Amino acid sequence: MRLLIAALLFLAAAPSAFAQLSIEITGAGAQRLPIAIAPFAGEGALPAGISTIVRADLERSGLFRGIEVPPHNPALTESSSVNFPEWKSRLADALVLGSVAARSDGRYEVRFRLFDVVKQTQLGGVAYTLTPQQVRATAHRIADYVYEKLTGEKGVFSTRIAYVVKRGTRFELQIADADGAGEETALASFEPIISPAWSPDGKRLAYVSFENKKPVVYVHSLLDGKRHVAANFKGSNSAPAWSPDGSKLAVALSRDGGSQLFLINADGSGLQRLSNSSGIDTEPVFSPDGSSIYFTSDRGGSPQIYRMPARGGEPQRVTFEGSYNVSPRISRDGKNLAYIARNGGKFQVALLDLASRQVLTLTDSDKDESPSFAPNGRMILLATVIGGRGVLSAVSADGRVKQRLSVAAGDVREPAWGPFIQ
Amino acid sequence: MRNVWIAAVFVAVLAGCASTPEEQEGAGVEDRKPGAKPPGAQTQPITQPPVAAVDLTKPGSRSMLTDPSSPLSKRSIYFDYDRYDVKEEYRPLVELHARYLRDNKQMKMLIQGNTDERGSREYNLALGQRRSEAIKRMMMLMGVSESQLEAVSLGEEKPKAEGHDEAAWAQNRRGDLLYSGEF
Repeated sequence: MRLLIAALLFLAAAPSAFAQLSIEITGAGAQRLPIAIAPFAGEGALPAGISTIVRADLERSGLFRGIEVPPHNPALTESSSVNFPEWKSRLADALVLGSVAARSDGRYEVRFRLFDVVKQTQLGGVAYTLTPQQVRATAHRIADYVYEKLTGEKGVFSTRIAYVVKRGTRFELQIADADGAGEETALASFEPIISPAWSPDGKRLAYVSFENKKPVVYVHSLLDGKRHVAANFKGSNSAPAWSPDGSKLAVALSRDGGSQLFLINADGSGLQRLSNSSGIDTEPVFSPDGSSIYFTSDRGGSPQIYRMPARGGEPQRVTFEGSYNVSPRISRDGKNLAYIARNGGKFQVALLDLASRQVLTLTDSDKDESPSFAPNGRMILLATVIGGRGVLSAVSADGRVKQRLSVAAGDVREPAWGPFIQ
Repeated sequence: MRNVWIAAVFVAVLAGCASTPEEQEGAGVEDRKPGAKPPGAQTQPITQPPVAAVDLTKPGSRSMLTDPSSPLSKRSIYFDYDRYDVKEEYRPLVELHARYLRDNKQMKMLIQGNTDERGSREYNLALGQRRSEAIKRMMMLMGVSESQLEAVSLGEEKPKAEGHDEAAWAQNRRGDLLYSGEF
């Protein structure tokens, strides 16, 4: 009997053991800045190598190339005097030095400094205190700091992603760090879960769950796991999208027949119809300023992307090339629209520059779905199928950098990149 | 523990006796027609307890909906690629279910529309809705009250066939009919 219980416990624990996303970089930017990140003195005391995670983060962005650093004796720290000619001869343009020290309260202190080797100057430095459980989060913060100092834009290494893993008959809505590590299951179900959408403050997810044999929109608080029904009208309820202030959701409902857009308060009150067509209107998404809603509609005969005022009003067509353009997502600066276009039977991620009307096809895969912008707009996360298995992929907005995130023995789909954490 | 088991078996045996269906006529019971040979010395007279009839063929009973030999057990309506109209060949099946719903006003039906896997999940959800609503409309034209019907979509999320070819897709472009108690 005890053996049986042990076996059951193992089975219960097993899914998470295979659940971690592994990342493979399949393309990189043309210009990668060479950076040397020396092992932080004393980092062996922590459960994970902080400098290794910082380097992996920066390399994954496709904008940096890590340079091997031979061991120094004594170990380099942020207060070591920097021998710039040595780093120049190693062809490093930037250098990170740091150290880890145990504190008397059981926590640790990490200090680091970032140097510009070419200009032979210090660009800045920070100290963090952390528990051993916060090593990854701290490393991501350091990577964000370095990234922002060297590129001028905010890093997204501390942000999180949501996605759905299907393993056999089980569906799990998971949350992980942007590098796929530290995954946690927010919801497990024997019925499908689709369309997770992050609230602007990153504390809640709206999604569609089929646990009642039909699609129903839920809002789920990640901190305490409490969730409530946001839309469960007669018919289908789907495609939730948050207003930028986090107070409302745009949803697609079939309560009045067909699939039409509605606005509803996040608590499920105050229903208001938005669109009026005899066809399909779905996949709404707010523009970052909250003034317009982009959505998919077949009112013109084929599915295309349209834009309408968020208060309701006459929609205008946005996509014109091709006969199948769906799943609009807008960049945080409101300038670019990512969507899925069918090109000769292949479903691929396209990027439309809304000002110049130029369209760029970003991927060469053929079953892309659910694009999602990183909060800094540089990368787009998407779901695709490789070797018959659902995987996540990320592509830079210029199409050059590509990554693949897959999970062993499972299908991954429906990614949504979370917002910056305050 | 063992006593509990014995008690349980005993109760089960008693229960089995009490619910003997009337169709099992006289199995193991001696022929007592007048003129038959007189019973043996050890034979006891048998009193017949009343038997409550369970008629699974009566309208409103579930097995009529689920018995594979009943036409009402057929619950799937298949659609052509990129089509959302109920094909003529499925009209008799829809009519059959419509008649059942008209005769059984307390029954409700959930119509689930499904699509194949190609394209956006949310757009496919809307396409599946189009299929379930086409079936719902046909049933209403056949006189079913709208209050008995709910049309929903599962989009591409619940494929009947898991393959990635036309044969599988054809199985998945489908409307399924579920009755009260099944959803």
